[in-house]
Amino acid sequence: MNLINTMKLKIASFDFTCCEGCQLQLANRESHLTDFFELLDVRNFREISSERHNDYDIALIEGNISREDEVERLLKIRQQAKVLVAFGTCACFGGVNSMKNRFPLDDTIKEVYGNMAIETLPIRKISDLVNVDLSIPGCPVSKEEVERIIVSLATGSLITLPKYPVCVECKQELNTCLFELGEICLGPITRAGCNAVCPAGKTACLGCRGPAEEINMPAFLELVKERGLSQHDLQEKLAFYNAFEPIAPDETSILTRYQ
Amino acid sequence: MKRQSSLDINNLTRVEDHSLPLKREFSLDIHHLTRVEGHGDIHITVRDGKLLDARWAVVETPRFFEVMLQGMSAERVPFLTSRICGICSISHALASIRALERAMDIVPPPAAEHIRLLAMHGETLQSHALHLFFLIVPDFAGTSSVLPLIQSHPDIVRAGLQLKELGNEISTVTTGRCTHPVSLVVGGVSKAPDKQRLLHLCTMIQERKPAMEAACVFFQSLILPDFVRETEFISLSNGLTYPAIGGQLVSTDGVIKDENEYLQMTNEYTAEGSTSKFTRLSRNSSAAGALARFNNNHHLLHPKAQEVANRSGLKSLCHNPFMNNIAQLVECVHILEDAEKLVNSLLDMELSEIKSNYEPKAGVATGAVEAPRGILYHHFETDNEGRIVKANCIIPTTQNNANIHFDVQAIAEQALMEGKNDEEITKLCEMVVRSYDPCISCSVH
Repeated sequence: MNLINTMKLKIASFDFTCCEGCQLQLANRESHLTDFFELLDVRNFREISSERHNDYDIALIEGNISREDEVERLLKIRQQAKVLVAFGTCACFGGVNSMKNRFPLDDTIKEVYGNMAIETLPIRKISDLVNVDLSIPGCPVSKEEVERIIVSLATGSLITLPKYPVCVECKQELNTCLFELGEICLGPITRAGCNAVCPAGKTACLGCRGPAEEINMPAFLELVKERGLSQHDLQEKLAFYNAFEPIAPDETSILTRYQ
Repeated sequence: MKRQSSLDINNLTRVEDHSLPLKREFSLDIHHLTRVEGHGDIHITVRDGKLLDARWAVVETPRFFEVMLQGMSAERVPFLTSRICGICSISHALASIRALERAMDIVPPPAAEHIRLLAMHGETLQSHALHLFFLIVPDFAGTSSVLPLIQSHPDIVRAGLQLKELGNEISTVTTGRCTHPVSLVVGGVSKAPDKQRLLHLCTMIQERKPAMEAACVFFQSLILPDFVRETEFISLSNGLTYPAIGGQLVSTDGVIKDENEYLQMTNEYTAEGSTSKFTRLSRNSSAAGALARFNNNHHLLHPKAQEVANRSGLKSLCHNPFMNNIAQLVECVHILEDAEKLVNSLLDMELSEIKSNYEPKAGVATGAVEAPRGILYHHFETDNEGRIVKANCIIPTTQNNANIHFDVQAIAEQALMEGKNDEEITKLCEMVVRSYDPCISCSVH
């Protein structure tokens, strides 16, 4: 992917409906920070800088789209950016914010704002509206992976994400398998690249990086069934980041419980 | 820290510079204020040399967490609520966990409480360092961001990065990750911190005390705008330790409430033109955050932190919002000392009992914690299976929005009276908003 020929990458970072935690990762890994920013010509990054230029080549898009003014902003960015990056799970899949879409919009507004008029749309991920050149999943994104991808962009090297599941990384770390502890973990079906950070902390992988490329979903569902683990728990986990809905069979869809 | 490496604080005198002609009629529309978390606008209208209108408007898109939480199992709740905020995710996880443990009568083991407190220290240190060095310093340096300072003032940037990195490392060792914690769970923690990494933390804290000292010298050298507007400061208080997790709700106007009475402390209301709600107590606005904690609990700070407060001219009861920056600095000093103590006691503890088993049940309770930006309330009602029936979250910045709004009005008025021009007024209004370190996405959630 050799789209950029400049030495420093003209980059911009934009946040939409989200927690801004992925952008914050750009300021983490402090001991590498000076070198990291050496590679970048930051043209627009509202969270940390008052400079606003519109001559960027790479646009990192964090969050999802939930209001009309966000659609307009996103379309403008798409016109300018040579490489538009869906940055983080919300941008890539919809993320936790997508849970809002299970509830009727009017009731949702009323529950929080009473009778006040509030403009809000169902949550849409970035690729629902514009063409996405590159997706970096993660809730939050892994700064190490972002660094690697930025270096690849700067040097014109091939950008890849691991195709194998989190389980592979987890086994390499010699963590105790959460299935052995009687828990459902989405590690067997989720794309690696996070170093299995959740199972390493003895909590289940909730699939923030989305499906791995070669997974055996029927075998995974069979494993959950065989071990007599809770179907409700499975549904809640598969739906958590909205990253598995398209491949989950109907009976595991969380929608059934809310309808 | 060598004095010559400090920023040229004279840059601030630009605010006093009258080289630009004074306009008697102007409108300022600051759309999506920079160097703050989230999206907020400042509107100012001056007619015939008088302030006609000054407003702080939150335009962030709402996410409706209170609705998304409905039906969710207690076990999963902290993983969802931590996503309310990318900066204070640990506080959100812990506010949820505290509310659920109180609702379902769960008592976490003492080791878990130690680990949680240390995690909060890590988060607050990271958040304060981000605010002080990345978001505030450029205003005094006359730069648009911290990035040019990497070249021009490497010493001060390095000090800031060292403190921020230490905060993140404390959070990572205690919760598995610095943003969106992994091991904070209902009942305790899912995994104890590794003892080797705790030992390393001890060394790191020691090694970074000079950076803390350098930061103190630097921030003490800045001349903060002279502005005072009396308000009511609200924070947690337990009478024994500087507040972090749980306690009574107290205000500098003398109001004292129980944690579960949080609604009486907040009186939340919707405000036209703002997607964040506003709150009030005894006056038309109130403030939460480092300055509120300091004003209510200064005597409980570590002596070293109290000394830094004295040296910096911070004295309770302080009504200058810009001193919130100094209160954050003072809290960082306290955190380094208290974190060191906590790490040492964790090293002495058997970390085998870290999680209490529980049966989910129906209940209702509030969990209040002191997030970096102030008191944070999560309130839940659970059903027999521990699923959420009703949720309410009241965010620190929500509690600061009314105060920010009235401060913007008052500082614009004062600046006009002093004959400042539109550019100077813009800068002062932006700076007063930033001094609250607003977390706007959080306030809208």
